[in-house]
Amino acid sequence: MIEVSCDIAIVGSGAGGGTVARELAPMVSQGLKVLLFEQGPELGNDDFTGREHDMAEALYEDGGGFLTSDGTMSLAFGRVLGGSTVVYTGTSLVAPDRVIREWCVPGLDHADIERRSRKYMIENNVHFLPRVLVNENNKLFFTGCHRVGFRAEQFPLNLRGCRGSSLCNLGCPNGAKMGTHRVQLPEARRQGVEIVSRAEVLRVEERALAVRVSRKPDGAKGLESPWPPGEYRVRARQVVLCGGSIGSTALLLRSEPTRGLRGLGERFTCHPAHILVAQHDHEITNDVGHPKSYYLDRSETDGYVLETCMYFPFVTAKNLTGFGEPHSTLMRAFPRLQMILVLACDKATPGNRISVDPSGRPVVHYSFTKQVIRSFVSATRTSARIFFAAGARRVHAPAADPPLIDRQDAYRIDDLIDERHFLPGRVSVSAAHLMGGCAMGAPGAAVSDSRGVIRGLPWLRVADASLFPDSLEINPYVTVMALADRVAEGLRETWRLEG
Amino acid sequence: MHNNVLQQVRPVLRAVAETVVPESRYLDDDGWVSLEATVERALSRRGESVQKQLVLFLRAVDALPALRYGRRFRKLGYVRRAAVLRAFESSPLLVLRRGFWGLRTLIMMGYYYQPAIQDSIGYRAHREGWQKRRTIGESPPTSGEQAAIILNDPDLSTDDEGGMRDSLP
Repeated sequence: MIEVSCDIAIVGSGAGGGTVARELAPMVSQGLKVLLFEQGPELGNDDFTGREHDMAEALYEDGGGFLTSDGTMSLAFGRVLGGSTVVYTGTSLVAPDRVIREWCVPGLDHADIERRSRKYMIENNVHFLPRVLVNENNKLFFTGCHRVGFRAEQFPLNLRGCRGSSLCNLGCPNGAKMGTHRVQLPEARRQGVEIVSRAEVLRVEERALAVRVSRKPDGAKGLESPWPPGEYRVRARQVVLCGGSIGSTALLLRSEPTRGLRGLGERFTCHPAHILVAQHDHEITNDVGHPKSYYLDRSETDGYVLETCMYFPFVTAKNLTGFGEPHSTLMRAFPRLQMILVLACDKATPGNRISVDPSGRPVVHYSFTKQVIRSFVSATRTSARIFFAAGARRVHAPAADPPLIDRQDAYRIDDLIDERHFLPGRVSVSAAHLMGGCAMGAPGAAVSDSRGVIRGLPWLRVADASLFPDSLEINPYVTVMALADRVAEGLRETWRLEG
Repeated sequence: MHNNVLQQVRPVLRAVAETVVPESRYLDDDGWVSLEATVERALSRRGESVQKQLVLFLRAVDALPALRYGRRFRKLGYVRRAAVLRAFESSPLLVLRRGFWGLRTLIMMGYYYQPAIQDSIGYRAHREGWQKRRTIGESPPTSGEQAAIILNDPDLSTDDEGGMRDSLP
């Protein structure tokens, strides 16, 4: 066991960890030692090939195939320096005022979240994509929405020099997406924060971390860890966990100082998602251009959000219900496919939670509530109408049996797409916005307070989406950065007071 | 167990694959090797219990049709094979539905991960994005578009048609 000491240890490098590292970096010049540990590898520019088969394995936990305990939903989250900011599409939204009010976290108000969110939107070059760069897959969504009476909104995106590869979810091969690996982490490193990749934090101890640094596997992408392989005990005066909803929660669940902490692992939510596909008579630009330009927010009234999207052949194939010739026919029509991503806005429910198995690996327990199934079905019906209004010849709806609906049957959408066809284990559902587990709330009652401090452990904080006490109902990274900014501010204040 | 998982059940795996993705019957030896290597790699990330479950599930898929059709799965024609798999897919038992979903997912991964297959279905995403499409003459660039691509200048578009805006929200 190698002993190392530092002042502040940060665990994780995504939206939370990158932000905390960047915000604390100026303290290094004041003599503080700040370490950041990332379980995944640090990739070089040449590692981003855009090829589905090797990027999925290099960037995602379990290659993107992490399953909930009953196997009915897959969860996608990054396992690489930069975390999930390497694999998102860069959509940058401020948390809705309504949601922050409903969270009811003492000391947290929307104005503060909004102010901090805008700071990072400027830092990450968030803007609207110029019209000439929006592809037909996106324009058809806007047109379809307009024709059925909805107004789609444009996503602000954190891009710089986007070439329209459409490969955002495989890590931008052009370095155009302003994730923490492009913005906050390089700046933190420049100011002296030491970043250690391939470093898995096994458990939290009293003001210390047990860390295992691994060698780069043969044939794997990325750089070797800057630290020699081995087991380390890292003493730290302050610890900030930013491993995401699943990573941070599982780490605390297998750690002695937080054993038995009430509420830990609970309030897990995730925006369960379907990919819906429609076939047009002619080819459209779909696998070129940024994949996500528009969204339709029906979260407040109907419990769902529709977003434009474009996925890769395997992900598309996996998400289509069924198999055999009908499935293959749709896949062969790839250049004519339009896609919509349905995000159901779930609510924190007692049974939906994170635990760990005897070996300490995270286990996510999740059941689809009736409300979520209703939202899926309602969203699928709306999407089918949007597809047909945009000119699609037929629509693939997972909650229909058979799932393909031809244009001449469009008038029967409400009959064909029905809750009785939503059969978990038959329809593919995946989620990428993983939230909760270390939920904020009233000091002394919740797992953490509004500054991310873990109850009863003033030296231990959390700064990631595990803090969310309920679903955010939008893409979460900007809100994670805003919360992480608050955590870093609290840490600086603590440091100042303690001299 | 890595590298040996499929060896035990290769004939039935191929029969299921040819039913799930009918075009897979046209794969050459290299194509099958690639498919199976991808499946093996995915399985190697899972625990040994998952690997055993897969083998067990494939054996069940092979054996159960004998009760109804008097033949193993791999000896059936396409129509009966599809009927068997549909029964698993829509089974009232979650364990059978998720078993089939997992098997189907592995097969689709092994098939659609292959670059040649991706090309064959018309998937053309490329790191050069719009520029690549234009260099093959699909859509000639305008000077304004070129500038937008290179600079990603948000001020290039001030046209509100289509809901576009140009300032920080």
